[in-house]
Amino acid sequence: MKVLVPVKRVVDANVKVRVNADNTHVDTANLKMAINPFCEIAVEEAVRLKEAGIVTEIVVATIGPKAAQEQLRTAMALGADRGIHVETDEELAPLSIAKLLNAIQGQEQAELIILGKQSIDGDNNQTGQMLAALAGVPQATFASEVKVEGNTVLVTREIDGGLQTLKLPLPAIITTDLRLNEPRYAKLPNIMKAKRKPLDTITIDSLGVSIKQHHKLLKVATPKQREAGVMVASVEELVEKLKNEAKVI
Amino acid sequence: MAILVIAEHDNANLKLDTAKVVACGQAIGAEVDLLVAGHDCAAVVEAASKLSGVRKVLVADKPVYANGVADSGAQLVLSIAGAYQHILAAASSQGKDLLPRVAALLDVAQLSEVVEVVSEDTFVRPIYAGSALATVQSLDDVKVMTVRVSAFDAVANDGAAEVEQLDGEFNSQVEFISQTLTESERPDLGAASVVVSGGRALGSSENFAILEQLADKLGGAVGASRAAVDAGYVPNDLQVGQTGKIVAPDLYIAVGISGAIQHLAGMKDSKVIVAINKDPEAPIFQVADYGLEADLFEAIPKLIEQL
Repeated sequence: MKVLVPVKRVVDANVKVRVNADNTHVDTANLKMAINPFCEIAVEEAVRLKEAGIVTEIVVATIGPKAAQEQLRTAMALGADRGIHVETDEELAPLSIAKLLNAIQGQEQAELIILGKQSIDGDNNQTGQMLAALAGVPQATFASEVKVEGNTVLVTREIDGGLQTLKLPLPAIITTDLRLNEPRYAKLPNIMKAKRKPLDTITIDSLGVSIKQHHKLLKVATPKQREAGVMVASVEELVEKLKNEAKVI
Repeated sequence: MAILVIAEHDNANLKLDTAKVVACGQAIGAEVDLLVAGHDCAAVVEAASKLSGVRKVLVADKPVYANGVADSGAQLVLSIAGAYQHILAAASSQGKDLLPRVAALLDVAQLSEVVEVVSEDTFVRPIYAGSALATVQSLDDVKVMTVRVSAFDAVANDGAAEVEQLDGEFNSQVEFISQTLTESERPDLGAASVVVSGGRALGSSENFAILEQLADKLGGAVGASRAAVDAGYVPNDLQVGQTGKIVAPDLYIAVGISGAIQHLAGMKDSKVIVAINKDPEAPIFQVADYGLEADLFEAIPKLIEQL
Protein backbone atom coordinates (compact mmCIF):
# COMPACT_ATOMS: atom_id res chain seq x y z
CA MET A 1 0.00 0.00 0.00
CA LYS A 2 1.21 3.49 -0.85
CA VAL A 3 0.95 6.41 1.57
CA LEU A 4 1.14 10.08 0.64
CA VAL A 5 2.25 12.47 3.38
CA PRO A 6 2.11 16.21 2.66
CA VAL A 7 4.48 18.23 4.86
CA LYS A 8 4.98 21.94 5.46
CA ARG A 9 7.97 24.15 6.25
CA VAL A 10 7.11 26.51 9.12
CA VAL A 11 8.82 28.71 11.69
CA ASP A 12 10.11 26.48 14.49
CA ALA A 13 7.52 25.98 17.24
CA ASN A 14 9.79 27.44 19.93
CA VAL A 15 10.39 30.73 18.14
CA LYS A 16 8.23 33.70 19.04
CA VAL A 17 7.42 35.61 15.87
CA ARG A 18 6.86 39.36 15.68
CA VAL A 19 4.71 41.48 13.44
CA ASN A 20 6.79 43.45 10.92
CA ALA A 21 7.23 47.23 11.06
CA ASP A 22 4.64 48.11 8.41
CA ASN A 23 1.98 45.75 9.81
CA THR A 24 1.68 43.72 6.63
CA HIS A 25 2.79 40.34 7.93
CA VAL A 26 4.86 38.61 10.57
CA ASP A 27 8.60 38.90 10.19
CA THR A 28 9.97 35.46 9.38
CA ALA A 29 13.32 36.48 7.89
CA ASN A 30 16.29 34.72 9.49
CA LEU A 31 14.12 32.68 11.85
CA LYS A 32 14.77 29.02 12.47
CA MET A 33 12.53 26.93 10.21
CA ALA A 34 11.42 23.36 10.72
CA ILE A 35 9.01 20.71 9.55
CA ASN A 36 5.57 21.46 11.04
CA PRO A 37 5.24 19.32 14.23
CA PHE A 38 1.94 17.76 13.13
CA CYS A 39 3.45 16.85 9.74
CA GLU A 40 6.33 15.17 11.56
CA ILE A 41 3.79 13.04 13.42
CA ALA A 42 2.17 12.17 10.07
CA VAL A 43 5.53 11.04 8.66
CA GLU A 44 6.23 9.00 11.79
CA GLU A 45 2.87 7.25 11.51
CA ALA A 46 3.52 6.36 7.88
CA VAL A 47 6.97 5.01 8.78
CA ARG A 48 5.47 2.89 11.57
CA LEU A 49 2.91 1.46 9.13
CA LYS A 50 5.78 0.59 6.80
CA GLU A 51 7.72 -1.05 9.61
CA ALA A 52 4.59 -3.06 10.42
CA GLY A 53 4.58 -4.39 6.87
CA ILE A 54 1.34 -2.66 5.90
CA VAL A 55 2.81 0.12 3.80
CA THR A 56 5.24 -0.46 0.94
CA GLU A 57 6.00 3.09 -0.18
CA ILE A 58 5.90 6.50 1.51
CA VAL A 59 5.77 9.55 -0.73
CA VAL A 60 6.21 12.96 0.90
CA ALA A 61 5.13 16.14 -0.83
CA THR A 62 5.51 19.81 -0.10
CA ILE A 63 4.42 23.03 -1.74
CA GLY A 64 6.63 26.02 -1.11
CA PRO A 65 9.92 27.79 -1.78
CA LYS A 66 13.10 26.04 -2.80
CA ALA A 67 14.24 25.92 0.82
CA ALA A 68 11.29 23.65 1.64
CA GLN A 69 13.33 20.81 0.13
CA GLU A 70 15.13 20.72 3.49
CA GLN A 71 11.89 19.54 5.09
CA LEU A 72 11.42 16.87 2.41
CA ARG A 73 14.95 15.65 3.13
CA THR A 74 14.12 15.59 6.84
CA ALA A 75 11.04 13.48 6.12
CA MET A 76 13.13 11.14 3.98
CA ALA A 77 15.72 10.87 6.74
CA LEU A 78 12.88 9.76 9.01
CA GLY A 79 11.95 7.01 6.55
CA ALA A 80 9.98 8.37 3.59
CA ASP A 81 11.02 6.83 0.26
CA ARG A 82 10.79 9.75 -2.13
CA GLY A 83 9.74 13.36 -2.30
CA ILE A 84 7.73 15.66 -4.54
CA HIS A 85 8.36 19.38 -4.36
CA VAL A 86 5.92 21.80 -5.95
CA GLU A 87 8.06 24.90 -6.09
CA THR A 88 6.39 28.28 -5.55
CA ASP A 89 7.21 31.43 -3.62
CA GLU A 90 3.57 32.37 -3.30
CA GLU A 91 1.76 31.94 -0.03
CA LEU A 92 -1.22 29.80 -0.95
CA ALA A 93 -4.59 29.36 0.76
CA PRO A 94 -5.33 25.87 2.12
CA LEU A 95 -7.88 25.36 -0.67
CA SER A 96 -5.22 25.98 -3.33
CA ILE A 97 -2.84 23.65 -1.51
CA ALA A 98 -5.57 21.01 -1.32
CA LYS A 99 -6.14 21.34 -5.09
CA LEU A 100 -2.44 20.85 -5.80
CA LEU A 101 -2.29 17.87 -3.46
CA ASN A 102 -5.36 16.43 -5.14
CA ALA A 103 -3.59 16.65 -8.48
CA ILE A 104 -0.58 14.87 -6.97
CA GLN A 105 -2.89 12.22 -5.53
CA GLY A 106 -4.40 11.84 -9.02
CA GLN A 107 -0.97 10.75 -10.23
CA GLU A 108 0.09 8.79 -7.16
CA GLN A 109 -3.18 7.02 -6.29
CA ALA A 110 -2.14 6.47 -2.69
CA GLU A 111 -4.45 4.34 -0.56
CA LEU A 112 -3.88 6.50 2.47
CA ILE A 113 -3.06 10.16 2.84
CA ILE A 114 -1.85 11.33 6.22
CA LEU A 115 -1.54 15.04 7.01
CA GLY A 116 -1.00 17.07 10.15
CA LYS A 117 -4.20 18.49 11.61
CA GLN A 118 -2.92 22.05 11.32
CA SER A 119 0.19 24.03 10.56
CA ILE A 120 1.41 26.08 13.49
CA ASP A 121 1.84 29.24 11.39
CA GLY A 122 -1.51 29.68 9.66
CA ASP A 123 -3.38 27.68 12.32
CA ASN A 124 -6.02 26.94 9.69
CA ASN A 125 -6.78 23.26 10.27
CA GLN A 126 -8.34 22.93 6.81
CA THR A 127 -6.10 21.28 4.22
CA GLY A 128 -6.82 17.62 5.02
CA GLN A 129 -10.57 18.15 5.13
CA MET A 130 -10.50 20.09 1.84
CA LEU A 131 -8.37 17.46 0.15
CA ALA A 132 -10.82 14.78 1.30
CA ALA A 133 -13.70 16.75 -0.20
CA LEU A 134 -11.90 17.28 -3.52
CA ALA A 135 -10.77 13.66 -3.75
CA GLY A 136 -14.24 12.47 -2.72
CA VAL A 137 -12.88 10.23 0.02
CA PRO A 138 -13.83 9.92 3.69
CA GLN A 139 -11.85 11.72 6.38
CA ALA A 140 -10.86 11.07 9.95
CA THR A 141 -9.41 14.20 11.47
CA PHE A 142 -7.47 14.68 14.75
CA ALA A 143 -6.39 11.04 14.90
CA SER A 144 -4.81 9.65 18.07
CA GLU A 145 -4.80 6.02 16.93
CA VAL A 146 -4.72 4.43 13.46
CA LYS A 147 -5.27 0.75 12.69
CA VAL A 148 -5.33 -0.54 9.13
CA GLU A 149 -7.52 -3.63 8.75
CA GLY A 150 -7.63 -4.98 5.22
CA ASN A 151 -9.38 -2.45 3.02
CA THR A 152 -10.48 -0.30 5.93
CA VAL A 153 -8.87 1.85 8.57
CA LEU A 154 -10.02 2.25 12.15
CA VAL A 155 -9.25 5.69 13.49
CA THR A 156 -9.67 6.97 17.03
CA ARG A 157 -10.21 10.72 16.99
CA GLU A 158 -9.78 13.38 19.65
CA ILE A 159 -13.08 15.21 19.94
CA ASP A 160 -14.17 17.93 22.37
CA GLY A 161 -15.79 15.64 24.92
CA GLY A 162 -13.39 12.69 24.67
CA LEU A 163 -12.58 10.12 21.99
CA GLN A 164 -14.46 8.72 18.99
CA THR A 165 -13.67 5.73 16.79
CA LEU A 166 -14.61 5.63 13.11
CA LYS A 167 -14.11 2.99 10.41
CA LEU A 168 -13.31 4.23 6.93
CA PRO A 169 -12.99 2.42 3.62
CA LEU A 170 -9.69 3.04 1.80
CA PRO A 171 -8.64 5.28 0.17
CA ALA A 172 -9.06 7.69 3.06
CA ILE A 173 -7.58 10.80 4.61
CA ILE A 174 -6.30 11.04 8.14
CA THR A 175 -5.09 14.15 9.95
CA THR A 176 -2.87 13.70 12.98
CA ASP A 177 -3.24 14.98 16.50
CA LEU A 178 -0.36 15.36 18.94
CA ARG A 179 -1.15 12.14 20.74
CA LEU A 180 -0.86 9.86 17.70
CA ASN A 181 2.82 9.09 18.25
CA GLU A 182 6.19 10.39 19.35
CA PRO A 183 8.29 11.15 16.25
CA ARG A 184 11.78 9.67 16.18
CA TYR A 185 15.00 11.60 15.62
CA ALA A 186 16.77 11.20 12.32
CA LYS A 187 20.08 9.38 12.71
CA LEU A 188 23.15 10.66 10.88
CA PRO A 189 23.46 7.66 8.48
CA ASN A 190 19.79 8.10 7.59
CA ILE A 191 20.31 11.82 6.96
CA MET A 192 23.15 10.90 4.58
CA LYS A 193 21.02 8.25 2.89
CA ALA A 194 18.13 10.69 2.49
CA LYS A 195 20.32 12.90 0.30
CA ARG A 196 20.32 10.17 -2.35
CA LYS A 197 16.60 9.46 -2.29
CA PRO A 198 14.61 10.67 -5.34
CA LEU A 199 13.16 14.17 -5.13
CA ASP A 200 11.11 15.52 -8.04
CA THR A 201 10.69 19.25 -8.39
CA ILE A 202 7.64 20.29 -10.36
CA THR A 203 5.69 23.47 -11.02
CA ILE A 204 2.10 24.42 -10.28
CA ASP A 205 1.45 24.64 -14.04
CA SER A 206 2.60 21.08 -14.62
CA LEU A 207 -0.15 19.88 -12.28
CA GLY A 208 -2.77 21.63 -14.38
CA VAL A 209 -4.28 23.41 -11.41
CA SER A 210 -5.42 27.01 -11.70
CA ILE A 211 -4.85 28.95 -8.51
CA LYS A 212 -7.23 31.69 -7.51
CA GLN A 213 -6.80 34.38 -4.87
CA HIS A 214 -9.44 33.86 -2.20
CA HIS A 215 -8.30 36.24 0.51
CA LYS A 216 -6.69 39.62 0.78
CA LEU A 217 -4.56 40.13 3.86
CA LEU A 218 -5.30 43.72 4.84
CA LYS A 219 -3.32 44.03 8.03
CA VAL A 220 -1.37 42.06 10.60
CA ALA A 221 -1.31 43.47 14.10
CA THR A 222 0.21 42.59 17.43
CA PRO A 223 -2.52 41.51 19.85
CA LYS A 224 -3.19 43.75 22.81
CA GLN A 225 -0.48 43.05 25.35
CA ARG A 226 -1.52 42.26 28.89
CA GLU A 227 -0.35 44.76 31.48
CA ALA A 228 2.20 43.45 33.91
CA GLY A 229 0.60 42.10 37.03
CA VAL A 230 1.73 42.00 40.63
CA MET A 231 3.42 39.33 42.66
CA VAL A 232 1.69 38.53 45.91
CA ALA A 233 3.55 37.32 48.95
CA SER A 234 1.06 34.85 50.36
CA VAL A 235 -2.07 32.83 49.72
CA GLU A 236 -3.94 35.19 52.06
CA GLU A 237 -2.95 38.21 49.99
CA LEU A 238 -3.96 36.38 46.78
CA VAL A 239 -7.43 35.58 48.14
CA GLU A 240 -7.85 39.16 49.37
CA LYS A 241 -6.90 40.58 45.95
CA LEU A 242 -9.16 38.20 44.05
CA LYS A 243 -12.08 39.07 46.35
CA ASN A 244 -11.69 42.80 46.72
CA GLU A 245 -9.56 44.04 43.81
CA ALA A 246 -10.37 41.75 40.89
CA LYS A 247 -13.76 40.74 42.35
CA VAL A 248 -13.72 37.38 40.59
CA ILE A 249 -14.43 35.16 43.59
CA MET B 1 -28.38 37.63 1.94
CA ALA B 2 -28.84 35.33 4.88
CA ILE B 3 -26.40 33.68 7.23
CA LEU B 4 -26.40 29.98 8.07
CA VAL B 5 -25.16 28.83 11.46
CA ILE B 6 -24.54 25.14 12.01
CA ALA B 7 -25.82 24.18 15.45
CA GLU B 8 -23.64 22.12 17.75
CA HIS B 9 -25.29 19.55 19.99
CA ASP B 10 -25.20 15.97 21.23
CA ASN B 11 -28.78 15.16 20.11
CA ALA B 12 -30.02 15.95 23.64
CA ASN B 13 -28.65 19.39 24.46
CA LEU B 14 -27.83 22.41 22.33
CA LYS B 15 -24.31 23.57 23.17
CA LEU B 16 -23.83 27.11 24.41
CA ASP B 17 -21.28 27.55 21.61
CA THR B 18 -24.15 27.79 19.14
CA ALA B 19 -25.57 30.87 20.90
CA LYS B 20 -22.14 32.48 20.59
CA VAL B 21 -21.84 31.68 16.89
CA VAL B 22 -25.32 33.18 16.40
CA ALA B 23 -23.97 36.35 18.06
CA CYS B 24 -21.15 36.42 15.51
CA GLY B 25 -23.71 35.88 12.76
CA GLN B 26 -25.73 38.84 13.98
CA ALA B 27 -22.62 41.01 13.91
CA ILE B 28 -22.54 40.29 10.15
CA GLY B 29 -26.23 40.63 9.28
CA ALA B 30 -29.77 40.25 10.50
CA GLU B 31 -31.08 37.11 8.85
CA VAL B 32 -29.59 34.19 10.75
CA ASP B 33 -30.86 30.66 10.18
CA LEU B 34 -29.78 27.61 12.16
CA LEU B 35 -29.19 24.12 10.83
CA VAL B 36 -29.78 21.32 13.31
CA ALA B 37 -28.57 18.01 11.86
CA GLY B 38 -28.86 15.02 14.14
CA HIS B 39 -31.09 12.19 15.19
CA ASP B 40 -33.91 12.20 17.75
CA CYS B 41 -32.94 15.76 18.49
CA ALA B 42 -36.33 17.40 19.15
CA ALA B 43 -35.11 18.97 22.40
CA VAL B 44 -32.23 20.57 20.53
CA VAL B 45 -34.58 21.99 17.90
CA GLU B 46 -36.77 23.40 20.67
CA ALA B 47 -33.79 25.10 22.32
CA ALA B 48 -32.47 26.34 18.98
CA SER B 49 -35.77 27.97 18.09
CA LYS B 50 -35.58 30.04 21.27
CA LEU B 51 -32.22 31.63 20.50
CA SER B 52 -32.68 35.36 20.17
CA GLY B 53 -32.75 36.73 16.65
CA VAL B 54 -32.83 33.41 14.80
CA ARG B 55 -35.15 33.58 11.79
CA LYS B 56 -35.57 29.91 10.97
CA VAL B 57 -34.40 26.55 12.29
CA LEU B 58 -33.77 23.98 9.56
CA VAL B 59 -33.95 20.43 10.85
CA ALA B 60 -32.40 17.31 9.34
CA ASP B 61 -33.33 14.50 11.72
CA LYS B 62 -31.95 11.23 10.32
CA PRO B 63 -29.87 8.37 11.78
CA VAL B 64 -27.01 9.17 9.39
CA TYR B 65 -26.55 12.56 11.08
CA ALA B 66 -26.55 11.16 14.64
CA ASN B 67 -22.79 11.34 15.10
CA GLY B 68 -21.97 14.32 12.97
CA VAL B 69 -19.65 12.59 10.49
CA ALA B 70 -18.23 15.13 8.07
CA ASP B 71 -18.85 13.57 4.67
CA SER B 72 -22.64 13.30 4.92
CA GLY B 73 -22.86 16.52 6.93
CA ALA B 74 -20.97 18.44 4.25
CA GLN B 75 -23.32 17.15 1.54
CA LEU B 76 -26.29 18.25 3.63
CA VAL B 77 -24.91 21.76 4.11
CA LEU B 78 -24.03 21.93 0.42
CA SER B 79 -27.65 21.08 -0.47
CA ILE B 80 -28.96 24.23 1.24
CA ALA B 81 -25.91 26.48 0.81
CA GLY B 82 -27.34 28.26 -2.23
CA ALA B 83 -29.52 30.46 -0.05
CA TYR B 84 -26.66 31.79 2.06
CA GLN B 85 -23.81 34.23 1.74
CA HIS B 86 -22.19 33.24 5.03
CA ILE B 87 -21.87 29.79 6.57
CA LEU B 88 -20.67 29.70 10.18
CA ALA B 89 -19.87 27.06 12.76
CA ALA B 90 -18.07 27.04 16.07
CA ALA B 91 -14.32 26.37 15.91
CA SER B 92 -14.94 23.18 17.87
CA SER B 93 -13.69 19.73 16.92
CA GLN B 94 -16.94 19.24 15.01
CA GLY B 95 -16.92 22.60 13.24
CA LYS B 96 -13.27 22.23 12.28
CA ASP B 97 -13.94 18.78 10.90
CA LEU B 98 -16.98 19.75 8.85
CA LEU B 99 -16.60 23.27 7.54
CA PRO B 100 -13.41 23.01 5.43
CA ARG B 101 -15.07 20.10 3.65
CA VAL B 102 -18.10 22.29 2.94
CA ALA B 103 -15.88 25.14 1.73
CA ALA B 104 -13.96 22.91 -0.68
CA LEU B 105 -17.21 21.54 -2.13
CA LEU B 106 -18.32 25.14 -2.68
CA ASP B 107 -14.89 25.97 -4.16
CA VAL B 108 -14.34 28.77 -1.66
CA ALA B 109 -11.68 29.33 0.97
CA GLN B 110 -12.43 29.20 4.67
CA LEU B 111 -11.52 31.47 7.55
CA SER B 112 -10.67 29.69 10.78
CA GLU B 113 -11.22 30.91 14.35
CA VAL B 114 -12.68 34.31 13.54
CA VAL B 115 -12.50 36.58 16.62
CA GLU B 116 -13.93 39.81 15.21
CA VAL B 117 -16.30 40.92 12.47
CA VAL B 118 -15.06 44.09 10.72
CA SER B 119 -17.61 44.08 7.91
CA GLU B 120 -19.58 41.48 6.01
CA ASP B 121 -16.49 40.42 4.07
CA THR B 122 -13.66 41.34 6.44
CA PHE B 123 -12.73 39.48 9.59
CA VAL B 124 -9.96 39.22 12.16
CA ARG B 125 -8.32 35.94 13.09
CA PRO B 126 -5.24 34.97 15.09
CA ILE B 127 -2.21 33.36 13.42
CA TYR B 128 1.06 31.93 14.77
CA ALA B 129 -0.45 30.67 18.04
CA GLY B 130 -2.07 34.03 18.67
CA SER B 131 1.20 35.97 18.29
CA ALA B 132 -0.44 38.08 15.58
CA LEU B 133 -3.92 39.11 14.50
CA ALA B 134 -4.62 39.04 10.77
CA THR B 135 -7.35 41.18 9.23
CA VAL B 136 -8.50 39.30 6.17
CA GLN B 137 -10.90 40.26 3.41
CA SER B 138 -12.67 37.39 1.74
CA LEU B 139 -12.93 37.64 -2.05
CA ASP B 140 -15.21 34.61 -2.34
CA ASP B 141 -18.96 34.80 -3.01
CA VAL B 142 -19.73 32.64 -0.02
CA LYS B 143 -17.89 33.24 3.22
CA VAL B 144 -17.34 30.04 5.13
CA MET B 145 -15.84 30.42 8.59
CA THR B 146 -15.40 28.89 11.99
CA VAL B 147 -15.88 31.18 14.96
CA ARG B 148 -13.75 31.31 18.10
CA VAL B 149 -16.59 31.16 20.60
CA SER B 150 -14.60 32.64 23.50
CA ALA B 151 -14.55 35.93 21.55
CA PHE B 152 -18.35 36.33 21.44
CA ASP B 153 -21.09 36.60 24.07
CA ALA B 154 -24.00 34.20 23.73
CA VAL B 155 -27.34 35.60 22.54
CA ALA B 156 -30.33 35.38 24.90
CA ASN B 157 -33.08 32.76 24.83
CA ASP B 158 -36.07 34.96 24.05
CA GLY B 159 -36.63 34.05 20.41
CA ALA B 160 -39.39 32.16 18.63
CA ALA B 161 -38.01 31.00 15.30
CA GLU B 162 -40.06 28.95 12.87
CA VAL B 163 -38.98 25.35 12.35
CA GLU B 164 -38.64 23.78 8.92
CA GLN B 165 -37.92 20.09 8.25
CA LEU B 166 -35.42 19.17 5.53
CA ASP B 167 -36.07 16.04 3.48
CA GLY B 168 -32.71 15.27 1.94
CA GLU B 169 -30.65 12.40 3.29
CA PHE B 170 -27.00 11.96 2.43
CA ASN B 171 -25.18 8.74 3.09
CA SER B 172 -21.80 8.48 4.71
CA GLN B 173 -18.85 6.31 3.72
CA VAL B 174 -17.83 6.33 7.35
CA GLU B 175 -18.99 3.78 9.89
CA PHE B 176 -19.37 5.04 13.43
CA ILE B 177 -17.85 2.51 15.84
CA SER B 178 -17.82 4.03 19.31
CA GLN B 179 -17.40 7.10 21.44
CA THR B 180 -16.07 7.57 24.96
CA LEU B 181 -16.78 10.87 26.59
CA THR B 182 -15.04 12.16 29.68
CA GLU B 183 -17.60 12.13 32.49
CA SER B 184 -17.59 15.20 34.64
CA GLU B 185 -19.92 17.02 37.00
CA ARG B 186 -17.98 20.22 36.46
CA PRO B 187 -18.93 22.90 33.94
CA ASP B 188 -17.74 22.54 30.36
CA LEU B 189 -14.18 23.83 29.97
CA GLY B 190 -15.07 26.19 27.14
CA ALA B 191 -18.03 27.71 28.98
CA ALA B 192 -16.76 27.86 32.58
CA SER B 193 -16.28 31.24 34.23
CA VAL B 194 -13.42 29.84 36.32
CA VAL B 195 -10.75 27.46 35.03
CA VAL B 196 -8.10 25.85 37.20
CA SER B 197 -5.31 24.34 35.09
CA GLY B 198 -2.41 22.16 36.05
CA GLY B 199 0.89 21.38 34.41
CA ARG B 200 3.75 18.97 34.64
CA ALA B 201 4.57 20.09 38.20
CA LEU B 202 1.49 18.27 39.50
CA GLY B 203 3.54 15.10 39.11
CA SER B 204 0.74 12.54 38.92
CA SER B 205 -2.92 12.08 38.14
CA GLU B 206 -3.61 11.54 41.86
CA ASN B 207 -2.18 14.97 42.59
CA PHE B 208 -4.62 16.51 40.12
CA ALA B 209 -7.28 15.79 42.72
CA ILE B 210 -6.29 18.91 44.66
CA LEU B 211 -6.91 21.03 41.56
CA GLU B 212 -10.31 19.36 41.21
CA GLN B 213 -11.09 20.30 44.79
CA LEU B 214 -10.10 23.89 44.10
CA ALA B 215 -12.17 23.95 40.91
CA ASP B 216 -15.18 22.57 42.79
CA LYS B 217 -14.80 25.19 45.48
CA LEU B 218 -14.89 27.89 42.79
CA GLY B 219 -17.55 26.21 40.66
CA GLY B 220 -15.04 26.01 37.83
CA ALA B 221 -13.64 23.59 35.29
CA VAL B 222 -10.28 21.82 35.28
CA GLY B 223 -7.84 22.31 32.42
CA ALA B 224 -4.30 21.18 31.74
CA SER B 225 -1.14 21.96 29.84
CA ARG B 226 0.13 19.66 27.12
CA ALA B 227 2.81 18.35 29.45
CA ALA B 228 0.18 17.18 31.95
CA VAL B 229 -1.86 15.53 29.19
CA ASP B 230 1.16 13.84 27.61
CA ALA B 231 2.20 12.53 31.01
CA GLY B 232 -1.23 10.94 31.29
CA TYR B 233 -2.36 12.93 34.34
CA VAL B 234 -5.64 13.95 32.66
CA PRO B 235 -7.47 13.13 29.41
CA ASN B 236 -6.58 14.96 26.16
CA ASP B 237 -9.81 16.89 25.95
CA LEU B 238 -8.77 18.99 28.97
CA GLN B 239 -5.79 20.46 27.14
CA VAL B 240 -5.80 24.25 26.93
CA GLY B 241 -3.73 25.80 24.17
CA GLN B 242 -3.07 26.34 20.47
CA THR B 243 -4.04 22.80 19.61
CA GLY B 244 -6.43 22.16 22.49
CA LYS B 245 -9.28 24.27 23.85
CA ILE B 246 -9.27 28.04 23.69
CA VAL B 247 -10.77 29.50 26.85
CA ALA B 248 -11.40 33.02 28.11
CA PRO B 249 -12.93 32.68 31.59
CA ASP B 250 -13.26 35.44 34.18
CA LEU B 251 -10.59 33.76 36.25
CA TYR B 252 -7.84 31.42 35.02
CA ILE B 253 -5.60 29.86 37.65
CA ALA B 254 -2.44 28.30 36.18
CA VAL B 255 -0.82 25.94 38.64
CA GLY B 256 2.61 24.51 37.94
CA ILE B 257 2.44 25.63 34.29
CA SER B 258 5.54 27.34 32.85
CA GLY B 259 3.60 29.23 30.17
CA ALA B 260 4.87 28.10 26.75
CA ILE B 261 3.67 30.09 23.69
CA GLN B 262 1.38 27.19 22.78
CA HIS B 263 -0.33 27.21 26.17
CA LEU B 264 -0.69 31.00 26.32
CA ALA B 265 -2.44 30.81 22.93
CA GLY B 266 -5.33 29.07 24.64
CA MET B 267 -5.85 31.29 27.71
CA LYS B 268 -4.32 34.73 27.37
CA ASP B 269 -7.68 36.38 26.74
CA SER B 270 -8.89 35.37 30.21
CA LYS B 271 -10.05 38.37 32.26
CA VAL B 272 -7.91 37.68 35.32
CA ILE B 273 -4.95 35.31 35.26
CA VAL B 274 -3.39 33.90 38.42
CA ALA B 275 -0.13 31.96 38.28
CA ILE B 276 1.16 29.77 41.07
CA ASN B 277 4.64 28.48 40.36
CA LYS B 278 7.86 27.63 42.18
CA ASP B 279 10.00 29.12 39.42
CA PRO B 280 10.08 32.94 39.56
CA GLU B 281 11.45 32.98 35.98
CA ALA B 282 8.48 31.07 34.53
CA PRO B 283 7.08 32.96 31.49
CA ILE B 284 3.55 32.55 32.87
CA PHE B 285 4.29 35.37 35.35
CA GLN B 286 4.62 37.80 32.43
CA VAL B 287 0.92 37.45 31.60
CA ALA B 288 -0.41 36.86 35.13
CA ASP B 289 -2.35 39.60 36.89
CA TYR B 290 -1.47 37.99 40.20
CA GLY B 291 1.54 35.80 40.65
CA LEU B 292 2.44 33.70 43.64
CA GLU B 293 5.86 32.13 43.85
CA ALA B 294 5.20 29.08 45.97
CA ASP B 295 5.17 25.31 46.12
CA LEU B 296 1.78 24.34 44.75
CA PHE B 297 1.44 21.46 47.23
CA GLU B 298 1.49 23.98 50.08
CA ALA B 299 -0.32 26.86 48.36
CA ILE B 300 -3.30 25.02 46.87
CA PRO B 301 -4.53 23.32 50.09
CA LYS B 302 -4.16 26.66 51.85
CA LEU B 303 -6.09 28.38 49.06
CA ILE B 304 -8.90 25.82 49.29
CA GLU B 305 -9.04 26.35 53.04
CA GLN B 306 -9.31 30.13 52.64
CA LEU B 307 -12.18 30.04 50.16
